[in-house]
Amino acid sequence: MTAIALWQVTLYLLVLLLCVVPLGAYMAKVYQGQPCLLDSINTPLERMIYRLCGIQSQEMDWKQYLRALLFFNIIGLFAVYAVSRLQYFLPLNPEEFSAITPTIAFNTAASFVSNTNWQAYAGENALSYFTQMSALTVQNFLSAATGMAVLVALIRGLSRSETTSLGNFWVDMTRGVLYILLPLAFIFSLILISQGVIQNLKPYEKFTPIVNNATEQIMPMGPVASQVAIKQLGTNGGGFFNSNSAHPFENPNPMTNFLEMLAILLIPAALCYMFGVMINDKRQGWALLAAMLCLFIPLVLGTIAFENTAHPELTQLNIDQSSGNMEGKETRIGTTLSALWAVATTATSNGSVNAMHDSFTPLGGLVLLGLMQIGEVVFGGVGSGLYGMVLMVIMTVFIAGLMVGRTPEYLGKKIEPYEMKMASFAILIMPIFVLLFTAIAAVTPSALSALGNPGSHGLSEILYAFTSMLNNNGSAFAGLNSSNPFYTVLGGLGILIGRYWIMIPILAIAGSLARKKTIPQTAGTLPTHNAFFVILLLCVIIIIAALTFFPVLGLGPIVEYLMLWGFHGH
Amino acid sequence: MAIKLSLWDRRLILSAIQDAFIKLSPRLEFHNPIMFTVYIAALFTTGLLIHAWINGDPISFNLGITLWLWFTVLFANFAEAMAEGRGKAQATSLRKSRQELPAKKMESNTHTNAKITIVSSASLRKGDTVLVEAGDFIPSDGEVIEGIAFVNESAITGESAPVIRESGGDRSSVTGGTLVISDWVVVRISADPGNTFLDHMIALVEGAKRQKTPNELALTILLTALTLIFLTVCVTLLPFSIYSVNAQQSGHVVSLTVLCALFVCLAPTTIGGLLSAIGIAGMDRMIQANVIATSGRAIEAAGDVDILLLDKTGTITLGNRQATEFIPAPDVSIETLAEAAQLASLADETPEGRSIVILAKEKYGLRGQELSELNASFIPFTAQSRMSGANLPHRQIRKGAVEAIEAYLRNLGASLPDPVRSSAETISRGGGTALVVTEGSTVLGVICLKDIVKGGIRDRFLQLRHMGIKTIMVTGDNPLTAAAIAAEAGVDDFLANATPADKLKLIRTLQTQGHLVAMTGDGTNDAPALAQADVAVAMNTGTQAAKEAGNLIDLDSNPTKLIEVVEIGKQLLMTRGALTTFSISNDIAKYFAILPATFAATYPALDTLNIMKLATPESAILSAVIFNALIIVFLIPLALKGVSYQHVEAARLLRNNVLIYGLGGLIVPFIGIKLIDYLLVSLGLV
Repeated sequence: MTAIALWQVTLYLLVLLLCVVPLGAYMAKVYQGQPCLLDSINTPLERMIYRLCGIQSQEMDWKQYLRALLFFNIIGLFAVYAVSRLQYFLPLNPEEFSAITPTIAFNTAASFVSNTNWQAYAGENALSYFTQMSALTVQNFLSAATGMAVLVALIRGLSRSETTSLGNFWVDMTRGVLYILLPLAFIFSLILISQGVIQNLKPYEKFTPIVNNATEQIMPMGPVASQVAIKQLGTNGGGFFNSNSAHPFENPNPMTNFLEMLAILLIPAALCYMFGVMINDKRQGWALLAAMLCLFIPLVLGTIAFENTAHPELTQLNIDQSSGNMEGKETRIGTTLSALWAVATTATSNGSVNAMHDSFTPLGGLVLLGLMQIGEVVFGGVGSGLYGMVLMVIMTVFIAGLMVGRTPEYLGKKIEPYEMKMASFAILIMPIFVLLFTAIAAVTPSALSALGNPGSHGLSEILYAFTSMLNNNGSAFAGLNSSNPFYTVLGGLGILIGRYWIMIPILAIAGSLARKKTIPQTAGTLPTHNAFFVILLLCVIIIIAALTFFPVLGLGPIVEYLMLWGFHGH
Repeated sequence: MAIKLSLWDRRLILSAIQDAFIKLSPRLEFHNPIMFTVYIAALFTTGLLIHAWINGDPISFNLGITLWLWFTVLFANFAEAMAEGRGKAQATSLRKSRQELPAKKMESNTHTNAKITIVSSASLRKGDTVLVEAGDFIPSDGEVIEGIAFVNESAITGESAPVIRESGGDRSSVTGGTLVISDWVVVRISADPGNTFLDHMIALVEGAKRQKTPNELALTILLTALTLIFLTVCVTLLPFSIYSVNAQQSGHVVSLTVLCALFVCLAPTTIGGLLSAIGIAGMDRMIQANVIATSGRAIEAAGDVDILLLDKTGTITLGNRQATEFIPAPDVSIETLAEAAQLASLADETPEGRSIVILAKEKYGLRGQELSELNASFIPFTAQSRMSGANLPHRQIRKGAVEAIEAYLRNLGASLPDPVRSSAETISRGGGTALVVTEGSTVLGVICLKDIVKGGIRDRFLQLRHMGIKTIMVTGDNPLTAAAIAAEAGVDDFLANATPADKLKLIRTLQTQGHLVAMTGDGTNDAPALAQADVAVAMNTGTQAAKEAGNLIDLDSNPTKLIEVVEIGKQLLMTRGALTTFSISNDIAKYFAILPATFAATYPALDTLNIMKLATPESAILSAVIFNALIIVFLIPLALKGVSYQHVEAARLLRNNVLIYGLGGLIVPFIGIKLIDYLLVSLGLV
């Protein structure tokens, strides 16, 4: 690894960490309803929304909160489905795209409502501007705000005692969008536009490249900057164009590449600080952020190292690999920044890409798969990453708590059979469905016909697809024909299961914790903010994922690596 | 009562082996979801074995796996049977004292002129009254309503020294099956047959009424979830294997026997197999400490307690104020004072009085004399005079509290000299009680009486503080005295001038703040506080009301036992946590044994992962299964004894246990599996 690569990573993390405290503190104020920066503009707007929608801001218990959330998300699901099916009859469709197929529309609706942004379509060839703006971009905001709302409800469950109320879903949604996502996305869009990301509603341009015998080509247009901004900030990741942030109109220069990468981790990292502020113990928030970084940094460095090595098969073809494994990567971005982006986008549930993950070295691909398979808890999706992490903390605290001879507790809340039931439920679902769906695909001829590669790499492609969908990541390994109905339907179901089957137990845990008393801390309390606990937490995260996925990873990327790099066993 | 059993008692092991087979009944296996899945896997491989045998396929590998899967189930059953066996042995000894006994049932409640009929103890009902005389067994649980007697309770407590039981007060409760050895008592029966203390105890130690405790339940849920994940891992490995074999066109699809073996190795069988044994053993350890828990829940709660309410008397101090010093008045020699004090106390049978005589004898060589020899008469303590003393020819010696003596002197036209008053005040401030001694109207000086703090108690409290447990001393003393003793004993806080109502209020306040409170109590007036406390240890000598309100009963009636109870509770939880960690960390090595073995035929490169260099695929899989079964047996002693408890803060405790059971659990199977593989190969078994 070169020194310049190290500098790039260091600068990236430094700028990220500088933003954590101010943004985290600001978000805490927003969700606690304290006076904050944008009050003068937003307060009248907020009041108007409440009045228009008939929202009374009384507190809800967990079931009411959940009902409101599910109701709102189901409306979103139908809206996206309807718009994408009816786009031919709707305005802002200069290319006159007709309706996308029902299975792809279902997959897309599930995908965008759940903050997954798995794309079974190619944006510039299938969707009208109206669909992109009113269905997808809107859901980019709402799904991100939903994730944060659930997190905030969980935090309230942890910090309150002997109450049933977890806040008001509608208020949390409104404030999340108005105070956090909209302003950030607005500023970020303007910066992107200034750097050359397009933002227009023009028909696609026709042009003839100035090379010999060139035929006329089409250059897609569209309101790109406004969508790219929120897709990065809200860990959505659904590109305006099919090639996502590898496309020069989405990501034109090193500056935008840096800022877009920063936007991936910005809110998830700041939420850790917000967590600390809201539970009144900042050390706890820092501990979680430290745990995330402890996994993130080595994996970034590892992936950069893997991608900077020469690929044995390309070496055999006498291809110059002095700048690493450039297969599937943009020459203007290079291996280091492609690897850094890839790790950031799979660590969070963002899923936007600036290089093709399918062409990563087997070990590079293994890291990306692994980051999703640990349950998207290293940063993770906005809100969902941190509540997933709290779930892992509950698991760790349970085992560790027993070892110090007390009923396990986290932040003064006892972890009892009900919480364990819900936490086990939430943790169980993702691995079981990823494995089951991958297994079904591995022996279903129609599913196998969609594969781009045979053998172990093909298995990695299927595994990556379901891992990405069940974890609401949305990035594609590519190589797999994702518009195949097998993947759109089963994947769409997987997306919904992966999102809501975790949210429901999380809210149930929040409700149950809120009702409990807060136990005072003593020397007999297991500390959850020190280095040892962070290590233990990481061990639990890694071991649970490793034990679940080791066999299938062994038959996928691991054996591919061993074979390519010439290990033949004993 | 608690009979001591060695861990490897031969009879116990033999009956446990027998029980291990009896427990193979599906109805019994079903209680433990983790072991039940292993049971199903064993049944399934047995079916596969029979199928292979009928088809004439080679069966040696299948036979090996099937046998060891059954051993896994049997070993877990054996662990549970061992734990239960210990309880059963206790129960048998208890049952001996529950034979049917003759009872002298009374028609009316008064002892004199009541008509007595001899009936069987089994016919006694709650509310009946019986007469029990010297040499009779008490027929059933009850309360003494008349009389006083010495009772031998060794059948229950194992303590052979007889105890006094009398009507009224805090020593009125008697237990069926105990023997009255002097005098007589009239007992009102408080329990119907089958519902007595002894019946409860037998059911408890036998584990018949054992329900899963909250923590055990939560752990079972987690383990079941892990089991489900591993089940999916193994089930989906079949399609993955089919896919890989098709893609590679080499090797063969993984056999169902191997998948079953992999599943059993991955499932948390170590903790799953030992879980109920740990719970039963925890109960057993309580019994060994002579504490009966009314539920497993109470033992667990004991581990969670973070505040102990301790009665000063008996727990923190020896319980009797003792004379520690004589402080003479000016111009009086200390010998004169000591002699007078001794004379005043010669007939005083209270512990305080005796301690004055002893102090005078030990310090000043004054031998106690008989009052009759001195021609003296004893003036006993009365509520009116609040003094005691002795009248000798020409001498009137009195001793009493400062106020009482002041009043006495005023009547004689004298007053208390200032130096004496000030030394009395100094004593009070230091946590002692001052008794002033006078002869006639002359004040001779002051006796300092002090509550002696038990030796070693200070260290005990320090340990508790390290464990994060706060101690609060409860006493009827005034705040000044209480503060002095609290400081001397090293408790964190104290409640002075405490009434039972204060105690209850304190517990409620602490609980509202989120604390879990433990206390001990014996009297009827303790009952409300005992019922309110999270962990309530009632003294066996205490009243029926107190025993019913408590969730633990201490047969030794030793208030310090509370500390031991907390440790046993913590140990129980720690053992579960340690074995869970061990069980899960074990899985990593098993993967390195089984995966290369299973897939190297398809992908030779995967043999790189065979880092233990196990001989053949068959030996690798068999070694992992054998290790998985044997480790259960090896850990039985740990499950039964519990992991050792150290008095350190939680963070250190965690670090130690993670290193031992987590890291150990990671490394041990690598060594174990390699060893078994080596043995299998050198014995020519594979």
